Amino acid sequence: MALEFSPETLKRFEEIVSRYPKKEAALLPVLYLAQEDFGYLSSEAIEYVAKIMDVSPARVYGAVTFYTMLHMKPIGRYHLQVCRTLPCALMGAEKIIGFLKAKLGIDVGETTVDGRLTLSEVECLASCGTAPVVQINDDYYESLSEEKLEEILQSLK
Amino acid sequence: MEKVLLRNIGVEDSHTLAVYRSRGGYRAWDKILKEMSPDQVIEEVKASGLRGRGGAGFPTGMKWGFVPKDNPKPKYVVCNADESEPGTFKDRLLIEKDPHAVIEGTILAAYAVQSHTAFIYIRGEFSFGARVLQRAIDEAYQEGYLGKNILGSGYDLDLILHRGAGAYICGEETGLLSSLEGGKGWPKVKPPFPATHGLFGCPTVVNNVETLATVPWIIDQGAARHAALGTEKSKGTKLFSVSGHIRRPGVYEVEMGYPFKRFLEEDCGGVPNGRKLKGVIPGGASMPVLRGDEIEEVRMDYESFQAAGTLLGSGGVIVMDDSTCMVKAAWNIARFFAHESCGQCTPCREGCHWMEKIFRRIENGQGKKGDPDLILSISGNIQGNTICPFGDAAAWPAAAFIKKYREEFEEHIARERCVVT
Repeated sequence: MALEFSPETLKRFEEIVSRYPKKEAALLPVLYLAQEDFGYLSSEAIEYVAKIMDVSPARVYGAVTFYTMLHMKPIGRYHLQVCRTLPCALMGAEKIIGFLKAKLGIDVGETTVDGRLTLSEVECLASCGTAPVVQINDDYYESLSEEKLEEILQSLK
Repeated sequence: MEKVLLRNIGVEDSHTLAVYRSRGGYRAWDKILKEMSPDQVIEEVKASGLRGRGGAGFPTGMKWGFVPKDNPKPKYVVCNADESEPGTFKDRLLIEKDPHAVIEGTILAAYAVQSHTAFIYIRGEFSFGARVLQRAIDEAYQEGYLGKNILGSGYDLDLILHRGAGAYICGEETGLLSSLEGGKGWPKVKPPFPATHGLFGCPTVVNNVETLATVPWIIDQGAARHAALGTEKSKGTKLFSVSGHIRRPGVYEVEMGYPFKRFLEEDCGGVPNGRKLKGVIPGGASMPVLRGDEIEEVRMDYESFQAAGTLLGSGGVIVMDDSTCMVKAAWNIARFFAHESCGQCTPCREGCHWMEKIFRRIENGQGKKGDPDLILSISGNIQGNTICPFGDAAAWPAAAFIKKYREEFEEHIARERCVVT
């Protein structure tokens, strides 16, 4: 069966599009919706979004590959995104990344074999006064230490 | 000092409409609907001396005045909440703790240019901030501050919260508009400026969160009161985000013209652990670094930072003590820009990666004798040769690190290792 939104998701899609003065302006929120629904944005998902948005697949592909928060490959249930930019680097981001690599047994950009955790390095998260920081899915965890990370990892079910 | 921007921060439930209103919130909006014309609002903001707080420092009232009145196309206002400049986290504080100030400021800007559709473009990573803002927007609709026929005035305004998806360049106003048009965030050639040809080719005003959050206070308290704060050319107060090797990091509100050294040493508690100040970037990672011995006379305003060879920028103050390897710091910033270059203009797309590679090889002990000059040459060839200011933002800090810490770079190359202990 071809990839498509469920009737409920289609309703949300219509609602999102109706907020904007032009349909194409809704591309990012619709891509978020598709990513939430399909898990990630495969070529098939991109073509589907292009079809319902009345734009070319090339334009959607261009957007998906442009933004770091849109993914063309599956990612873990928990996406650990450690900030590596200067203020966090000054406060020990490298150690945090090293600790996570050792603890999870994966490199940056990889996902644990059980598909639970993906480790990424990201650029500035605007949390520099409480560095170092990791974003896990939607949430920020600030002023990190190895002990604190240990607790955070255990709390992820 | 009187607090303008942080006036509600620290108050319990400051993010709610009830608390915001109990502290004078939406008084400006009421006042405008009762007694001020759009032109009067623009004149008031001009008279206040308010300048854009996103980095460029352009006079806000003048920007609004550029929007043509006789253009039959729709007009748009966009609040730029895509805060991504490394070292900057002030907008995030306002969004999370005082969202109604941001919303009211956006409403006032929209009224001033007679726009009926406004956006808040918030960076995708700020999920929490987006939830707080959306709740606040919903509250504002319920109270009749947004929507159709606002408070019986006949004026309509819709406010749409739009989430970015992770791209530094979308903080640049034309990149933001491209993104909002539904695609990758490629900046556009200026002129024409957004004031006449912005979102979907329509007249558009783009203002930073901090800029807009100042406007309700200006309208409520009067332009003269704002103009009385600060220096002759830099009026008012400014938020500074302080990070790195500093005893008390955080967001500070400072009256323009405040002594920088006193700010770092007294207000922020100075460099901890008995270390010395080696360097400080005052305006976010895209601004030139100042050496620790260069801050003596510097004051915290647009003109004074410029006279010191740097810029106020976003007010992202990154402090580095004498344990910092400046090669590594420069590489870190170069890597940021290489990662974030949107790829549209050749000098930036290629140059940022070249600079990153050269800084990296110096850092790894494989630097060559002419590398510092090679960086300066690349930096010089990027500056002024790109569509948007990102090119300069990548080129300036690279050149500044080489110029200010040249000996350290040369020693690092000669000894093939880090020389900092």
